[in-house]
Amino acid sequence: MDLHNSPAFTRRKFLYGGLTLASTAWTIPAFLGSSADAMAGMMADGLSSTPGVDEDRILVVVQLGGGNDGLNTVIPYGMDAYYKARAGIGVRQNEVLKLTEADGIGLHTRMTALKELYDNGMASVIQGVGYPNPDRSHFKSMDIWQTGDRDATGDGWLGRYIDNECCGYGKGESGKPDGSKKPAAGPMTAIDPPIAIGRTAPLALQGRATKPVSFESADLFRWSGEDIHDALKEPYHDLNRRGASGGGDSNADFLMRTALDAQISSDKIRKAVAQKSLVNYPGNELGRQLQMVGAMIRAGLKTRVYYVTLGGFDTHSGQGGAQGRHGNLLANFADSIKAFYADLKAQGNDSRVLTMSFSEFGRRVAQNASGGTDHGTAAPMFLFGPMVRPGVIGNHPSLTDLDQGDLKYLIDFRSVYAGVLEQWLKADSKQVLGASHKPVIVLKNA
Amino acid sequence: MADSPENKSSSLPETAAKPSNPAANPAQATPPARGASAKRAERAMTGSMSPIAPKNFGYEEARHLLWRAGFGGTPVQIQTLASWGPQKAVEYVIDPANAPGDRPRADLFDKNIMREPTAEERKAYQAARQRQDEDALAKFRVEQQRRQGQDRQQIGEVQRWWLKRMIETPRPLEEKMVLFWHGHFATSYRNIENSFHMFIQNELFRKNALGNFGDLLYGIIRDPAMLKYLNNDTSRKGKANENLAREIMELFSLGIGGYTENDIKEGARSLTGYTFKDDTFVFEKNNHDGGSKTILGRTGAFDGDAFVKIILEQPGVSRFITRKLYHNFCAELPPLERADYNDLPAPQQAALRDLSAAFSSSKYELKPVLRRLFLSQHFYDDKIMNEQIKSPTQLVVGAVRSLDTPVRDLSILNDALDLMGQNLLFPPSVKGWDGGRSWINTSTMFVRQNIMAFLLTGKKPRGYDANADEMKYDPMPLLSEMAKANPGSEKDPAAVADYLLRLTIGSAPQQSKEALASLSAKVGGGVSRELVIGYLLLITAMPEYQLC
Repeated sequence: MDLHNSPAFTRRKFLYGGLTLASTAWTIPAFLGSSADAMAGMMADGLSSTPGVDEDRILVVVQLGGGNDGLNTVIPYGMDAYYKARAGIGVRQNEVLKLTEADGIGLHTRMTALKELYDNGMASVIQGVGYPNPDRSHFKSMDIWQTGDRDATGDGWLGRYIDNECCGYGKGESGKPDGSKKPAAGPMTAIDPPIAIGRTAPLALQGRATKPVSFESADLFRWSGEDIHDALKEPYHDLNRRGASGGGDSNADFLMRTALDAQISSDKIRKAVAQKSLVNYPGNELGRQLQMVGAMIRAGLKTRVYYVTLGGFDTHSGQGGAQGRHGNLLANFADSIKAFYADLKAQGNDSRVLTMSFSEFGRRVAQNASGGTDHGTAAPMFLFGPMVRPGVIGNHPSLTDLDQGDLKYLIDFRSVYAGVLEQWLKADSKQVLGASHKPVIVLKNA
Repeated sequence: MADSPENKSSSLPETAAKPSNPAANPAQATPPARGASAKRAERAMTGSMSPIAPKNFGYEEARHLLWRAGFGGTPVQIQTLASWGPQKAVEYVIDPANAPGDRPRADLFDKNIMREPTAEERKAYQAARQRQDEDALAKFRVEQQRRQGQDRQQIGEVQRWWLKRMIETPRPLEEKMVLFWHGHFATSYRNIENSFHMFIQNELFRKNALGNFGDLLYGIIRDPAMLKYLNNDTSRKGKANENLAREIMELFSLGIGGYTENDIKEGARSLTGYTFKDDTFVFEKNNHDGGSKTILGRTGAFDGDAFVKIILEQPGVSRFITRKLYHNFCAELPPLERADYNDLPAPQQAALRDLSAAFSSSKYELKPVLRRLFLSQHFYDDKIMNEQIKSPTQLVVGAVRSLDTPVRDLSILNDALDLMGQNLLFPPSVKGWDGGRSWINTSTMFVRQNIMAFLLTGKKPRGYDANADEMKYDPMPLLSEMAKANPGSEKDPAAVADYLLRLTIGSAPQQSKEALASLSAKVGGGVSRELVIGYLLLITAMPEYQLC
């Protein structure tokens, strides 16, 4: 029971060798599957993951928070009804960035960077994405998108993806309140937890076994006590880098190992993002986040799922047309994505990274009296990367056949998830989503 | 919601009572090294449920009792309970003698935010839909969104109110049981979107916290939040929803194996028509299936109450609930879906059988079974003490209470609970929180360390404004007990380090003493407020601090 009589490592040993491997060697065999230890897997180069899964593939999710106005993002400039409904905020035909091979459809004026990606075959626009009986509450609709469940119950869809990869959990088994099947027997595989840039990790990344790592800045992924007094630094490190002796399995041993893993992860992530990027990123919120993700990918972290967020899309008033508030947000979005792929290309990693953007809902077809738009339903999603099926997927929803003034969705968002899961992540989408959704073809060669 | 540390009440005496119990060892500057239990270390775990002898109940045991049956204790509280001996200490924890009965007021929160639309409002809405009056419909929508937004504000207030209550209550075991029942009958605001109903449910748990489990089970099938969460509010004859019936048996009372699928179907029929209107339970007779049902071998025209009554007659209930109580208060057990004990080590089997018998013979009264556990030799076994991973709530509330730090900003504490995986009133599923090791990963480890730094120094975690909370924490009173026992020792940095380690993590491992000594050497100048806070910063960042 006494943990402290045979410290396996002194500080000296830490400094002179074997730290990373030692930690991993203790951790992985005893605790396969726990996220903390999966994190340690990240530190061990060459640690193999699930057989048959291409572990080089990375998914980056961009959340546009607040409900992005899809109609002023991918603009149906060929439809008269668009200009009728949006006399004040409609983007004029000559200001729309027209998309080739898509009649009457174009991008918002400020999305030139995204148009460039589109023209280079690195973007797909999926039109009219939504779900049945849409909910117009930010909170609820965001939960629906993040759980992949119309009732917004259970764990996050990406948390479940990792649960499924590491531990064989299916959807109902990972926390839907309708019963509780036992997790499948058999060994768990260590998979690195997803990383979210932000103060809290989104529901999408929460699984039953999967606990995401989240930090607003890498500087947060560390002990803040260090800043209080210099003299605290060394004793703190001594106490947290003890590791556990001999690989025991008490809770105290487990805590010792996790503390050590946290120190190593912190060092590695902070070192990664301290590197100067290969390209310049725009100074906006999303650019800053994608820059960090780019740095972590470049540093060789084995994380498969990253999650970033751009907020401010809840444009109830004064949203502007070709210029203005909404346009600024779209420019931030487009410019950041372009810089991200330029960075990945310079690293040689662009073909490993698929990026997907979504928002909890689109906005109403008609503008309101305040020069803005209220909560609506279906909206476009974007996919980026050299491997995506380029061009426009699906048809634009009708602007005249509406459901109480809102667009009727044409593609269920879970079909997009299913496409990404099946074709990009090579996962069983039915297991992860808990139901069969016909996958949208999202890859060029799928 | 203003909070001041002065409000933190502790009904224990300000100074330790005159010791009548030599094992309390107040005469030593530092508590004994596990006192009598040090000798027990070499022995196998005891399954004995006989009461612990007063001579074996010292500082360590009192400290353990305060942490497990509550949220930890200050040095004075520990010394006092130790001096009282086990009988009086346990009785105090279960029934705090002079704790005032400050029941929460029903009007603490606004119950009208998410009230159902009136008949007129509904009619007006239908009319607007029929004539496709977009403007009117938009107004309804905006109003609905406004109310949802306001209610989300209020659920935050309920969370902070409860957190504050746990910090301030003179009856910590009661709040700990509320937390236990919240995890047991897990209901999430996320799915019901009615903060007032979450508050009512929280009050139901408090009212029955240490009462009778049967009452609670009858109460939960009338609870609006639960009825909504498990979809019983819309369950009707011919279209029975099985969700509530299933979870009542599987998760709330019997565990897997204690019933059949047919029992669920029939139980669901008996619960039809159990719904609510506004904030109160109603039985809709027209929607109730009054036909004959066969449940767990009994046949009759059962309603929901009869269903619960039949369940409570099953011997499995006692085993299942006892096991869960043991898991919560004593030692982590493998997944709780099963009610039998056969997969456990013999001493634990013996303890659980004993407790289950006690629970059953008291007809599901909670106090007798907890009293029996808290008094038992088994509860103070070396392998039980200091081996539980603190839940996020336990960590935060326990630090404020046991170190007597300022409460600081409840929003920040509440956010930290979320970051550590325990967003109160938002459990991840009807199974509640997994607890134990699932609390801990590399990310939560830093949150755990950093929220302690905030409590001790006022330095806010990143993401908040950079201004530190200026409220000064004075840790020096923590040393008054050692000063009293051994005057002068409180001026010796090494003795203080040793004392604080035993207070916080229950032992003083050599490496930690060295780490604290190196801090003391760097800071210099003897025992100062700065040094003591530095010590506590290091200690609360130790992996061992996550245990209690």
